[in-house]
Amino acid sequence: MTRVTQQTARIVFFISAAASAMAAALVFGFLLVFGFPLIGGGEFFSLLARPWSPGQGLYGFLPMTMGTAAISFLSIVFAFPLSLGTVCFMGGLGPARISRLLDGFVRFMTGIPTVIYGFLGIFLLVPVVRTLFTSAGSGMCILSASLMLSLLVSPTMIIFFKDGFDSVDFRYIRAADALGADSVQRLIYVILPGAWPGIVTGVIMGLGRAMGDTLIALMIAGNAVHVPGSILDSARTLTSHIALVSASDYESLAFKSIFACGLTLYVLNALAVIAVRRLGRKRGQV
Amino acid sequence: MNIRILGGCLRVFSWGAVLLLTGSVLVLLGYLLVKGVPSLGRELIFGQVDVLDAVLLRKRVFDGLFPAIAGTLSVVLLSVGLAIPVGVCAGIYMSEFATVLQQRVFGLMFDILAGIPSIVIGLFGFSGAIFIHKYVSNDFRPCLAVSVVALAFLVLPYITRTTQASMQGLSIQTRQAALALGATRVQNIFYVLLPQSFSGILSGIILAIGRCAEDTAVIMLTGVVATAGIPGSLLGSYEALPFYIYYISSQYTDATELMSGYGAAIILLVVCAVLFVLAFIIKRRLAGPAGPVAGEFHG
Repeated sequence: MTRVTQQTARIVFFISAAASAMAAALVFGFLLVFGFPLIGGGEFFSLLARPWSPGQGLYGFLPMTMGTAAISFLSIVFAFPLSLGTVCFMGGLGPARISRLLDGFVRFMTGIPTVIYGFLGIFLLVPVVRTLFTSAGSGMCILSASLMLSLLVSPTMIIFFKDGFDSVDFRYIRAADALGADSVQRLIYVILPGAWPGIVTGVIMGLGRAMGDTLIALMIAGNAVHVPGSILDSARTLTSHIALVSASDYESLAFKSIFACGLTLYVLNALAVIAVRRLGRKRGQV
Repeated sequence: MNIRILGGCLRVFSWGAVLLLTGSVLVLLGYLLVKGVPSLGRELIFGQVDVLDAVLLRKRVFDGLFPAIAGTLSVVLLSVGLAIPVGVCAGIYMSEFATVLQQRVFGLMFDILAGIPSIVIGLFGFSGAIFIHKYVSNDFRPCLAVSVVALAFLVLPYITRTTQASMQGLSIQTRQAALALGATRVQNIFYVLLPQSFSGILSGIILAIGRCAEDTAVIMLTGVVATAGIPGSLLGSYEALPFYIYYISSQYTDATELMSGYGAAIILLVVCAVLFVLAFIIKRRLAGPAGPVAGEFHG
């Protein structure tokens, strides 16, 4: 009897694990099947670099690719110094008590809903951008979206940076202390050089988070379908393009193109995950 | 000499970064509270309808957030309820039975699943709905059931990972005591390992609830609408708080509607903050700081 229970339990556990793992493949499969008419002809890669003009039968999503690239890179440019400074603060430059509070605050930030950032972006940030830069038009532009996004990705980056800081061998830090290093010297000579895998991981995860976010870009980047020329231009990201699907005609090429967008996002994310796991193995984890 | 200047710069830089980051978040949330708090009240949620009538579903609420709150509540409960059994079982397998190869392959798949942008999960749910519409039933459209399944996909890897991590974190003494007394592996899992890692799993589940409650991208492709009333069936449309916030921000017609958007944003923020604090406390209180509590068991 117990043998049977043992076996059943084990099989149930295995099926759950295998099914959960298959879920990732299932999502990929659905995107592939639905996007197939576009991908089948080997056109997929040329689509990435072709303009969008449904009137002429062109369904390339160059504007969306550029929009995603511009908004997510710019948000990392804003978030990187913020996050690095914050982690240095927690890594010994700031008072310990404030650092602990800050740690809680950063973790709290991970829980702030992105739709709230978007909402406040519309009513607080966009008017400010509109007043400061007259050429920004309505104020809904790449700059607004990436400023808001930088707040979304900072906690992710800070947590991974801090992980990298904490993974530095404690004996090195003790040795530096014993040699009379102060907190700045310890940071510059010991911790920062040892923490680079964590920093790279944090940047990749931050980029992934920025690329994958929908609501902020959808609400405050303006969603215009053209290749952006400056950071004050309106832009549409791959994620917003999917969100704005008008499902009137399931057979149209315009509709199929959103699956190509989805596939692109999926593949970029999978590559980021693999890169991060490689880095983790280098650090002796995973 | 150089290091001193560099150190000074670094100090200023780190203080500046901290002040800028916390300052901008506090300004944003402060603005939300200042603008939105006046709108909070019974009317915001129930409109002109009596509270008891609304909760007992005797009268329909047209001008309040009650249907959106009910929609969010049902979609969250159903999807987390769907994800918990599968996720916890998968986590147990990963921690207790998986071979090294399985840990690698499944682990990679979980990481990929966890990283898929939520709009792509939404697209997956949407295409699933089209598939059923085409091949099974012509009446099938994106609905509550589709959202529930898609959101379950979204939080499954969280639950699996936290289960796995908190079970693997147990000390070797805890792991082997029952086995040494003759318990089977499955008995050991259910009577010792699961109860011991309960707090870790629970805090993971609470974070998953928060993730479901705040997600907008998945549901906007899988059946949420602006007005639907209280969700009545798994195959019907429903309203949800985060979608309401998104919808109002672009479609508001007068100041009252905009104010209800602020109110909805405050409610959603408070729900997420409470869940977050709850998860934090459970992790701290029940698990305790690793050292001393583990010592108590042995002492």
